[in-house]
Amino acid sequence: MTTSEHPPLAKKDYKSDQEVRWCPGCGDYSILNAVQGAFAKLQKQLHQTVIISGIGCSSRFPYYMETFGFHTIHGRAPAIATGVKVANPELDVWVVTGDGDAMSIGGNHFIHAMRRNVGLRILMFNNRIYGLTKGQFSPTSEQGKVTKSSPLGSVDYPFAPIALALGAGGTFVARGIDILGAHLEETIVRASGHQGTAYVEIYQNCNIFNDGAYKATTDKEVRDQRILYLQHGQPLLFGANKDRGIAFDSHFQPCLVSGPDLGKAFVWDETSESPAPAMALATMSEAEFPVPVGVFRRREKPTFEAGVVQQMAAAKARKQESLHDLLHAGEVWHVN
Amino acid sequence: MHTDPTSNAPQKGLQDLDQVVIRFAGDSGDGMQLTGDQFTRTTALMGNDIATFPDFPAEIRAPAGTVPGVSAFQLRFSSFDIHTPGDAPDVLVAMNPAALKVHLKELKKDGVLLLNTASFGALDLKKAKYDKDPRSDGTLSGWRVIEVDLEARTREALASSPLDNRGKDRCKNMYALGILYWMFHRDVAPTEKAIADKFKKKPEIVEANLLAMKAGYAYAETTEVFQTAYRVSPAPMRPGTYRNIQGNQALSLGLVAASKRANLPIFLGSYPITPASDILHQLSSYKHHGVTTFQAEDEIAAVASAIGASYSGQLGVTSTSGPGMALKAEAIGLAVMAELPLVILNVQRAGPSTGMPTKTQQADLMQAMYGRNGECPVAVLAASTPGDAFEVAYEAVRIAVKYMLPVIVLSDGYIANGSEPWLLPDVDRLPPIEVKFAPPSSDGSKFQPYQRDPATLARPWARPGTPGLMHRIGGIEKKDGTGNICYDADNHAHMVATRAKKVANIADDLPPLTTFGPRTGDVLVLGWGSPRGAITAATQRLQQQGHRISCAFLRHLNPLPKDLEALLRGFKQVVLPELNSGQLAMLLRARFLIDVQSYSQVDGQPFKSHDLEAHLTQVLAASKEVK
Ligand code: SF4
Repeated sequence: MTTSEHPPLAKKDYKSDQEVRWCPGCGDYSILNAVQGAFAKLQKQLHQTVIISGIGCSSRFPYYMETFGFHTIHGRAPAIATGVKVANPELDVWVVTGDGDAMSIGGNHFIHAMRRNVGLRILMFNNRIYGLTKGQFSPTSEQGKVTKSSPLGSVDYPFAPIALALGAGGTFVARGIDILGAHLEETIVRASGHQGTAYVEIYQNCNIFNDGAYKATTDKEVRDQRILYLQHGQPLLFGANKDRGIAFDSHFQPCLVSGPDLGKAFVWDETSESPAPAMALATMSEAEFPVPVGVFRRREKPTFEAGVVQQMAAAKARKQESLHDLLHAGEVWHVN
Repeated sequence: MHTDPTSNAPQKGLQDLDQVVIRFAGDSGDGMQLTGDQFTRTTALMGNDIATFPDFPAEIRAPAGTVPGVSAFQLRFSSFDIHTPGDAPDVLVAMNPAALKVHLKELKKDGVLLLNTASFGALDLKKAKYDKDPRSDGTLSGWRVIEVDLEARTREALASSPLDNRGKDRCKNMYALGILYWMFHRDVAPTEKAIADKFKKKPEIVEANLLAMKAGYAYAETTEVFQTAYRVSPAPMRPGTYRNIQGNQALSLGLVAASKRANLPIFLGSYPITPASDILHQLSSYKHHGVTTFQAEDEIAAVASAIGASYSGQLGVTSTSGPGMALKAEAIGLAVMAELPLVILNVQRAGPSTGMPTKTQQADLMQAMYGRNGECPVAVLAASTPGDAFEVAYEAVRIAVKYMLPVIVLSDGYIANGSEPWLLPDVDRLPPIEVKFAPPSSDGSKFQPYQRDPATLARPWARPGTPGLMHRIGGIEKKDGTGNICYDADNHAHMVATRAKKVANIADDLPPLTTFGPRTGDVLVLGWGSPRGAITAATQRLQQQGHRISCAFLRHLNPLPKDLEALLRGFKQVVLPELNSGQLAMLLRARFLIDVQSYSQVDGQPFKSHDLEAHLTQVLAASKEVK
């Protein structure tokens, strides 16, 4: 937070001097704007903040931020960021990645960062396509997607990224949408306050290779009917007048409720011990149900880096040994 | 019973020898490695020079009693300076027919065969693929055979032990060890202490093991089968304090020593792999020295996390073997581009692919030199003995932080698991390692992450968290100085040349090469890595025969020492023995246009010094003919 040595930072102070080079109209611009807004709101210190990315359009992100930045290699950002964070837990470490980077080539690092609960904020820009390599289907593209590498439609089934993060033990799992700037900024602020891995999936429009991927959700005319804002402690309601809701049946299947049944709408608890409600929302069909945004899950759990630091401190308290003694440990003998 | 051998042995003959080679061979479950290890420690403590060669079967345990399940441990000890664990053993301890089958052919003629007869039933013979009992068909003639039913003897000795028969049988290796301790006039006290420490929480196991050892000792002392004990006097060694050390231990200690001297914490990112895992095990027990170990989800995450730690301002290290190196290649390229210090330990094993994980080889040299996309030079060092591995690890850290680049250290399975007495260094005399982090900046100017030190060309090490140093780096080509993305043709050519020059500059620091023998002559035997011992032994014998032959060893493979070319040109012929198909020989031929002759062996085994000597004798003869 603000101190006397550091005058308050404005949003523009988080912008680097590099020209932003995404395609005009790309959803990445609004995400960049939301991140800068959130950082200004949180008064993040530039020198304490590190942004680490992999490869892809989204991974150009660090160049546009006046913080420390490391644009690494495809898929490995969570692994590199783990080393950064463990070596210096004081740093505020962010990972910026995409659906190809995090879910395909880097899938292993993504799930293991979640499993360990390393203190990283992972922003995954999901445009459901490979943009940088000019338009192949990605692991989040819908089945049947026609692209340059799938002229007859892709045969692959897509991941549900939120479900994957939940399954991997994610302790903070959320979703935002590029064009819902204020909500996204708020979600990023909340992610920043989490201890442990905070994962935010961000629906992002690639207007060049997958334009309109989220049109059916985000168009002004349908938005109210199609987006469900998750609010802790509030029932799952949506629609302009909050006149529709989501309830769960006895098999934990979601069902739509309205009218006299509206009272059965499930009261959202993002801190629920069981991941089942979050999983049910993460996997429900986008065609039948609205798209939930906001925080799916938030659980407190000791972080990986805290555990590492604690073990080392305990080891140092238990045993002090000079280098000489270390080398001479065990059986030694003298020759005169 | 007496534990001082000198008080017992004179009752029988005592003969002096200057060296002995013993090989313990048995089933994987017979404890041969532990037995060999105990004999080694004892012998080192008694002042002999010693060299060892554990030869493991494949990691997955083959069925008991079969040939693929045989595990062996060879050791050689002497009253003079030795360089190898020896070629053919003088004494073979064979715990079962399979061990006999595998190892008998290498036992010296007239050598002693201590044969456990407990498992010579028809089924045991069949498992070892013997049609007939080798004890009765003349197979064993020509050797001094001592047959002992180790199981029966051990069970007798442990009659009062609470252990069941299975537990008792597991002590039979200690019975055999006791016999050898008597035969070779060894002190049993170090083993008593070691076993008591090892099984601290299981007193009945300690008691049984020690009882078995003492019973074996007493058996050898009293039965008529053993007529003579042998004595090998201590070797003259350089004065100082010694301990026994294995290569993986030495690499770990070298890293910690460098970390302490540089005041730079170590972060090891690693994924378990044979034969490098011991480095991960060992370093994970050094948390009190500020070492962080991270067992990553895969080899790539292992190196990636190490790069992240270096970026944060610790010393990133990753340890692996060949298949893991292949997976790390792209990330090593990132460290080259980002110009971050990184130490990569490759304990080589027989490849390609999975190959033979427990067998040794030096075939990853080209991979270390060139196994990355683009023009991607790194420093490459090689350890040549277990003790040398300490210095090499230390040197790797010095180079990595001074020049801000990755350093690959090549060891191999033979160095990793072999052991030798190690003259402990004086910690105050270890060369200083200076680490300079870029200082905070408050003048508001843009920090230049690629502004280089004019002498070394190293870029500043700018830790996140330092006010005023915010900057962006990455694997994408960048403008020298600013570090901004740059696809400019001239800049790329300049950056490729600069990264190469940085590696080349390391040669400015290197001491001149030392040679064993004069710096000119008929033949120079040049070596790198683990063949050092065999090369030294062969060269010394040929020198004693009056030949003009010398040998020299390369610790630095990239860059090469500046005086190497002149040294090579001082000899009529240069022979380069390596456990690959001639990789360094090819590099040197290409680099210097000198006719370096490769002597290659790629069978998963170390060189035998006698094979080398025979080859070099031919080379020397040819060189005479040329004259
Ligand atoms: S290709 Fe798509 S994702 Fe990439 S910058 Fe252009 S619009 Fe954005």
